[in-house]
Amino acid sequence: MQMMAASTRCSRTPQGLKLFSPLANYGAAQSRALSKQCVLLIIALVFTCLLQPQFAAAKKLNVVTATTDMAALAQEVGGDRISVDAIAKGYQDPHFVEAKPSFLLKLRQADLLIVVGLQLEIGWLPPLVTQSGNPRVQVGAAGYLDASQFAEILEIPQGVVTRAMGDVHPLGNPHYWLDPDNGRRVAKGIAGKLAELDPGDSSYFQERFQDFDKRLTAAEQKWDAEMAPYKGRKVVTYHNSFTNFAKHFHLDVMGYVEPRPGIPPTPSHTLDLIGQMKRENCKLVLVEPYFDLKTPNSIGSATGAKVLVYLPSVGGEKQVTNYFELFDYDIDLIKKAFQ
Amino acid sequence: MKRVMPFGILIAGFCMPVWAQQTSSPDLAAQNAALEQKVRDLEDRLIALEGKVRTMQAAQAAPAPATPAPETQPAAVANAPTEAAPQAQQQEPVVPSSASPVQGQAQVASTGGPLPNYGGSSSAAKALNPDISVIGDFIGAAGNANAPPLATLPPAPSLQMHESEIGLQAIIDPYARGDFFMSFGEEGVNVEEGYITFTALPAGFVAKVGKMRSAFGKVNMMHNHVLPWVDRPLVSTNLVAGEDGINDAGLSVERILPAPKGIFLEATGQVFRGDSGDVFTQHGRSDVSTVEHLRGYKDITESTNLDLGFSYARGHNDATLLSGAPGDFVTQLYGVDATLRWKPLRRSIYHSFVGRGEFIWSQREELPREQRAFGFYTSGDYQFGRRWFGGARFDYSDRSRYDSLTDKGVAATLTYWPSEFSQIRGEYRFTHYAENRDSHEVFMQLIFSLGAHGAHPF
Repeated sequence: MQMMAASTRCSRTPQGLKLFSPLANYGAAQSRALSKQCVLLIIALVFTCLLQPQFAAAKKLNVVTATTDMAALAQEVGGDRISVDAIAKGYQDPHFVEAKPSFLLKLRQADLLIVVGLQLEIGWLPPLVTQSGNPRVQVGAAGYLDASQFAEILEIPQGVVTRAMGDVHPLGNPHYWLDPDNGRRVAKGIAGKLAELDPGDSSYFQERFQDFDKRLTAAEQKWDAEMAPYKGRKVVTYHNSFTNFAKHFHLDVMGYVEPRPGIPPTPSHTLDLIGQMKRENCKLVLVEPYFDLKTPNSIGSATGAKVLVYLPSVGGEKQVTNYFELFDYDIDLIKKAFQ
Repeated sequence: MKRVMPFGILIAGFCMPVWAQQTSSPDLAAQNAALEQKVRDLEDRLIALEGKVRTMQAAQAAPAPATPAPETQPAAVANAPTEAAPQAQQQEPVVPSSASPVQGQAQVASTGGPLPNYGGSSSAAKALNPDISVIGDFIGAAGNANAPPLATLPPAPSLQMHESEIGLQAIIDPYARGDFFMSFGEEGVNVEEGYITFTALPAGFVAKVGKMRSAFGKVNMMHNHVLPWVDRPLVSTNLVAGEDGINDAGLSVERILPAPKGIFLEATGQVFRGDSGDVFTQHGRSDVSTVEHLRGYKDITESTNLDLGFSYARGHNDATLLSGAPGDFVTQLYGVDATLRWKPLRRSIYHSFVGRGEFIWSQREELPREQRAFGFYTSGDYQFGRRWFGGARFDYSDRSRYDSLTDKGVAATLTYWPSEFSQIRGEYRFTHYAENRDSHEVFMQLIFSLGAHGAHPF
């Protein structure tokens, strides 16, 4: 595909036009001599066209990620040596993304595809990868990176897994990026993968990671300090996407608005939850931006708890453009709610 | 003085630790920090290890890496000649044991039976199994069908286990994946689709080989359980072979074409044997049928998109000469499909709308004259809650063999999703047949899904 595009670009160059246009005025002998030149020129053009995309690729790695969080982490370590594009938007439910053909246009050009993994994208990404016609990003190829391998995964179901548990992820909770330590680990993994694909820039990626690590450590100290007074506070979330955040900042997720993961709220479960929240004095309900607020609001009014839309992903709100701002936003939100 | 000495030593002895402690408290803090760092490093290493174990477990299910595949074959080949001398190996058990234990195991395994046994009964063996899924499709029908004898709508009994579709899907090797869909109907078993997809071809080509639903329009590609209705539109039963559609053995090549302004353009070319229901019939090996499809797609906004398709199919039909001998008659189909989708991303699980339309022209050569039929359907489906969908469809179609006979119909559907894995749907259908007969029917459908059914293309 790149080659096709490049070749059309080449044939439109002004030199090409100049050389070919006077052809009609020449005599037969001259034209024979010229045709030889032409053949040589065409061969040369074809070769440069063939080579061009490779040079372009060597300059800037084309990274496509399933979610904005992976894009944010890749951008931290990749800097200006990569171009990053996320498929799902930050305010979108990452379980239910439509496999739009326009995503194929991105995937087709990708040198590296970073997925969250743990079957988060199972409903939409596999057909896109198959249809992309891009051998570099097929499952198992060098350009396919499952970021979950680097992270600490919670809630890995033990024993028998059935769908009576709802839309349970048999490999563990895939919302792992909301723990800054996991962010660091994933960033390190991405830096390693980028260095593998672009060895010339490996020291650059390593430096970027060191720098990110430093800034993240500093930010983490600040966040930890900000959250320290609220250690052990109880919260309710809509979906179980908050587990890693809660673990890192020592909050206690005591229940979910959903009766089971992926199953919409039921009246009986909502009543149970209200009772439990009253008993345990839970004063905060956190809702992902892609869920309806009707049930959470009624829970809020029944228990006196605050209902807030927190951001599980970068880009959930316009002003949240990178990994640090994601935590700044959420911690600020939670801090104010508890004050 | 002598008395004081031990005393002094004693005091000094007591003081020493205190003094030492005082001086070493920053040291201790540093030690503590170092220890904490070490614990953190260890934790990181542990998590990295856990991740590696997970990926190794997953990798067993995913593609066999490129190297082991060729390795196993030479091993098997190499073992074949040595099969004549297994006793020789048995006589010298010391040789394998003195070699590395892994090698020894490999030899024991390879000489143990006539065929190498990969996996065995351990649970890890299941990791290499394909994803298996079953989708049940149960339909109840009521009302008067009142269909005339030449009508193409399939008869619907009061209660039927319409289809049980078994899906077996896996990545075959680093270069291809395989998908099988076996359809167990009320009458028999049918390979609905079974094909290999080559995903790692050069220059962005994707090829499929096997039996597959052809890319003629939209409805023809859809399995029963992903249809937005219980039945299929009149135009597809009248002109494109109904439920099975153009579904044949052959090969397919598709490629994304360069296009400006973020337009997605994809061309598909397919060649089939030429046997598809009542549309195409092959009389000889050269009677292959072809299907071409060009698809254009554009995101109008982040929540709205438009999908346009142009299809062409050509193949031989079953028309005969006046003598009754098979003739060399061709059916050509032209199709235009349009789909408008709306789904607000922030509320994507609650609200959406899909408007569809397909227009199909059929030219069927036969004696005494060519039959030129036209038909279409338009439909709209709106999701008004997380689990609720309502829809309507308008049908209009000539019959491919009797182009002067035109059937019309309307249908309304209401769908409920208890979860992502089951679906209950009611449909009312009114059909006005060309023979001036009307039918009012009500269908009730229950679809349920077991196991990991791979997502279908958009």
